[in-house]
Order: sequence, then structure tokens, then C-alpha cells
Amino acid sequence: MTELTSLTLAEARDRLRRKEFSAADLADAHLAAMEKARALNAYVLETPEMARAMAKEADTRFMAGEPRPLEGLAVGIKDLFATRGVRTTACSHILDNFVPTYESTVTANLWRDGAVMLGKTNNDEFAMGSSNETSFFGPVTSPWRRRTRACPSSEIEGASRVNPTCGANTPLVPGGSSGGSAAAVAASLCLGATGTDTGGSIRQPAAFTGIVGMKPTYGRCSRWGVVAYASSLDQAGPFARTVRDAAILLTSMAGHDPKDTTSVDLPVPNYEEAVGRSIKGMKVGIPREYRVEGMAAEIEKLWAQGADWLKAAGAEIVEVSLPHTTYALPAYYIVAAAEASSNLARYDGVRYGLRVPGRDVIDMYQNTRAEGFGPEVRRRIMIGTYVLSAGYYDAYYLRAQKVRTLIKRDFEQCFATGVNAILTPATPTAAFGVGEKGGSDPIEMYLNDVFTVTVNMAGLPGISVPGGLSAESLPLGLQLIGRPFDEETLFSLGEVVEQAAGRFAPERWW
Amino acid sequence: MSVDASTVRRIAHLARIAVADDEVEHLKGELNAILAFVEQLAAVSVEGVEPMTSVTPMQLKKREDKVTDGGIPDDIVKNAPATEDHFFLVPKVVE
Repeated sequence: MTELTSLTLAEARDRLRRKEFSAADLADAHLAAMEKARALNAYVLETPEMARAMAKEADTRFMAGEPRPLEGLAVGIKDLFATRGVRTTACSHILDNFVPTYESTVTANLWRDGAVMLGKTNNDEFAMGSSNETSFFGPVTSPWRRRTRACPSSEIEGASRVNPTCGANTPLVPGGSSGGSAAAVAASLCLGATGTDTGGSIRQPAAFTGIVGMKPTYGRCSRWGVVAYASSLDQAGPFARTVRDAAILLTSMAGHDPKDTTSVDLPVPNYEEAVGRSIKGMKVGIPREYRVEGMAAEIEKLWAQGADWLKAAGAEIVEVSLPHTTYALPAYYIVAAAEASSNLARYDGVRYGLRVPGRDVIDMYQNTRAEGFGPEVRRRIMIGTYVLSAGYYDAYYLRAQKVRTLIKRDFEQCFATGVNAILTPATPTAAFGVGEKGGSDPIEMYLNDVFTVTVNMAGLPGISVPGGLSAESLPLGLQLIGRPFDEETLFSLGEVVEQAAGRFAPERWW
Repeated sequence: MSVDASTVRRIAHLARIAVADDEVEHLKGELNAILAFVEQLAAVSVEGVEPMTSVTPMQLKKREDKVTDGGIPDDIVKNAPATEDHFFLVPKVVE
């Protein structure tokens, strides 16, 4: 039954409806695949009992001839989403025994539509990271491996592929922060998964693992029940192996929620209908500021190739300018850190999570937070505390919020000229090795998000779609940025890229 | 702008994170690297620009001022490290 895991979500849906197999078969095939793939560390908690119970319910619905939109489809859930009765930790020590008594709205929407939960996926602690290495549960290993040119082709096959001298088995990061979800989808350990994206945490791992990741417009998905990092930037979205699958998942995940005042009361389109729609006459912008100094030739080539594909499908390619692009990343590290320092103030060892005793209550807070937070989280809280502190607020935080207005204005002016979407590379490089980046300089890691972070600052939708492979045979992604609440255009354009580029899957070694 | 060791200690205290003496130097270096990185924002002209308060133009939603939730004390204290009779227990704060 292992072949069931290689189906796309849409294929699995259609074949379940034709009763070619049961939801129980599909869940079991995935649970077996997860067991064999534990070396990847993609899941921090497997929920087989829950998966089987949900699959059983799905099969009852199929028998009754009343399947819901996602009936029986097995998905992974980022450990940032609160799941009732199922440990939810944000992959932080400070929450590592937390069992919510409530369900996040996004996951509730998935269960309402019949989806089956396989488990909780790994992520950077509190979603702070770009490599999944800050997780309290340890890093995720990408299902992808380099295929170095120095490695003789005869050694690539079979057991000799793991020969360390040919450099092909260096464990690579899946990206982050939603690294577990991305690795699980890429390694066929689920049909799709949820992620959250504050500065690129869906699109960058999607690019690194050769899958599709969509960050919707701010307000499209409810943030209720999602562990907060930077509330004005956080947004939930889907991972899947195809554009169509991502569209199907978003249709269920999105929607107005009175419990999140920033969620938008707009009808949710059936996004799947946008997949395959003609893009003839659409105007696609190429922002010149994204052509950064020292950009790898293969990234530049991929970008040009993407533009050619869209042009061949009838889109008009125009050069555009987003002059404040270069300031998005520094402004992000002020805004996000400030919001994080405020949001994470709640972890005080009183109401939930870890408590480390102290001489008095202040000492207890300080000991709890010192032991509970990892180094990256501590760093961002401290930066946030500093930029919000008396005397520095105007120089840092207020200025960053003004720069944010300018970044958003750049996009508005671009869209006002009739541009429907913007095409950029998703990341400046392909995936890197575990432990390779950010060891001494945190900025080195932050630069991963240089192409994705602008989208969060402006609250826009963005999709990452695989565009090709690097010289080392690692996936590279293209990003499409859309107008507010025009996810449909991104799904239409994304599918054109997907059709032209083809799909990419890692060879199984685990 | 950059921070010195005493500022690092002050920030750590404001953030309620205990920092050992031998961590201060290292933290100072990291924080200053980040502050140096964000320094480039000083080059942007923000004259007359409104700071962003909401990324999507929206009216703050209001609702009737009435109790819509509650009566779940068991749920509220379920994950607390120390409780008694539906109260959270903390170290003594008044003598």
C-alpha cells in the first residue's frame, strides 16, 4: 500500500470517492511511511490513534455517500497550531508539556471538511528561524541530498551513495520555520500540511524541498489558536506537492473568524477553480531590486526561465521597481522582534508551560524564561525589548513602521500600473547543510528571507512553486506575489510554472 | 547605536530572562550585530510618512459588550504548573 502515499491530494480525493481504497488504507500507508522516516525528524508527535479514528469516521461518510470536501485526506499539522487534547509545543522547551483544551480555527476548518490528522510537524522554536535548527526537538533533515559533480556517477546509485567522500550525504536543512511540514510533504509522509509564514516560513522551506507553499493575504486565515510570534505578520497557509493541492487545502483553511479581529469577512472562493485558468493578457512584473549583488547564476537563470514560461502562456512581462526592497529585512527584524517580545511575555511559568523555581516571583520568571527559551528566541525577545524601551522607540520601532508603510506603498504603486502579479526567486540559494549557517553571525541566517519578507511586511499573498534543480540537483523555487486577496491569480500563474517545470521528488534514502 | 554590558543586563531584566555573567559578552556581540544590521534604516527618508498600524485597511470590529465565553475553570488551569482550587499558585509576593 506504500504507493498510496505518492498520490497527490487531488488524486487521493478522487480515488477515495471512487472507493478504490479506504480512508483507513490511506491513513495506514502514511503512518507506515512516517515510521520508516523517523530519521528525518519531520514529525515531533505522531497521532496514529487519532488518524485511525478520523479515517474510520471518513469511511462511514463515504459509505453513506456524503463525503465532505477533504474527506479522509491525511495531513500533517505544524506544531504551532493548537490541537485539542494533542500536545502543542511550538517546538519550545517552555511549552513542551502543553496540551491545549481548544482547537485552532484553521485546524478546526480542516477537520470540519473531513481531513485526517497524522501528527504534529517540527518547526523552528516559536517559528523563529529559517532552517528548522532552533527546534527544541532538534533539526529536521531534508529528504533531499546533494548530488555533487565530483561524485562519479557509478557511485550515485545504491549503497555507495552514502560514501562520505563524495559529499552527497551531508544532511541538509529543509528550511524553516515550517521545516517539518515541508519535509513531510516532500518525503510523502502526508498529502499536505499546514504552515505559518511570518517572514518566509512557508515559501522558503517549500522552495528548499521542491514543493508548493502558499502564504495567503494577511487576514485570509484566522490566527486564532496559532501560537503567536509577530501578530501583524503571521499568517497560516498550506504546503502540498502540487498547486492544485495547495488550492484545495487553502479553500478549507481560509475564512472569516469572529475570534480573530484581523481575519477578513470576505467570501472564500473555490481556489481549485483558479487552477488551470488562462493567464493570457496578465501582466507579470519583474522587480529590478530583487536582482541582488552576488546572486547565483543558476538563480538568475531560473528567474528568467520562469518569466519565459509565463510569457509563452500569454502573460505580458514588464520590468517594475520596488525601491524600498532592501530595507524590508532590517525593518522586519525590528517589527517582528518587538511583537515577539510582547507576545512571548505570556510565558511566565504561571498559567501554563515550564516553571523553574526561584527565590521570589521575579526570580522564578527569569529562571523559567532563561531555561525555557532557546538562544534564537532569547535573542529576538531581547532585541524587541530594546527597540521598544524608553528612548529607543522612535529611533527603531516607529521608524521601522514608517519604512513598512513605504514598502507597502511600493507594491501599491506597482499594482496600480495594472500589474497582476510579481515574479521573483523564492530564495537566494538552494538548501544548505545542517550547521552550515548562522553559527557566529545571526544575520547570515536572516538573509535567507530577503526575497520573501517584503510580502509579509506588505500583507500580500505569495506562493512558492518549484522551478528547477540546482547544479547539485537540489530544488529551487520561484515566488509569485499577488494583489491583496487575489490568491486565485497566484494559483493560475503557479500552475503554469508547474506545468512547464514539472514536479520534483527526492530519491528515497531513509 | 550599540549596547554595552550593563545595557545587556538591563534588557535581560526588562525581558525577565536570567543571564549569567559569562553570557553577557557573547550576547552583547550578537545584539550589536543585529543592531548594526538594522542601522541602514537610518538612510531612509521617512519625512511625513505615517507609521503602519494595520496592513489591510479595516475598521476595528466591535461587538456587543456581553459575556460570550467562560465557565471552564478546569480547562483554564489544566496546564498550569501549580494550582489550588482553580487558582494559579505563585511564589509569595507579599510578606
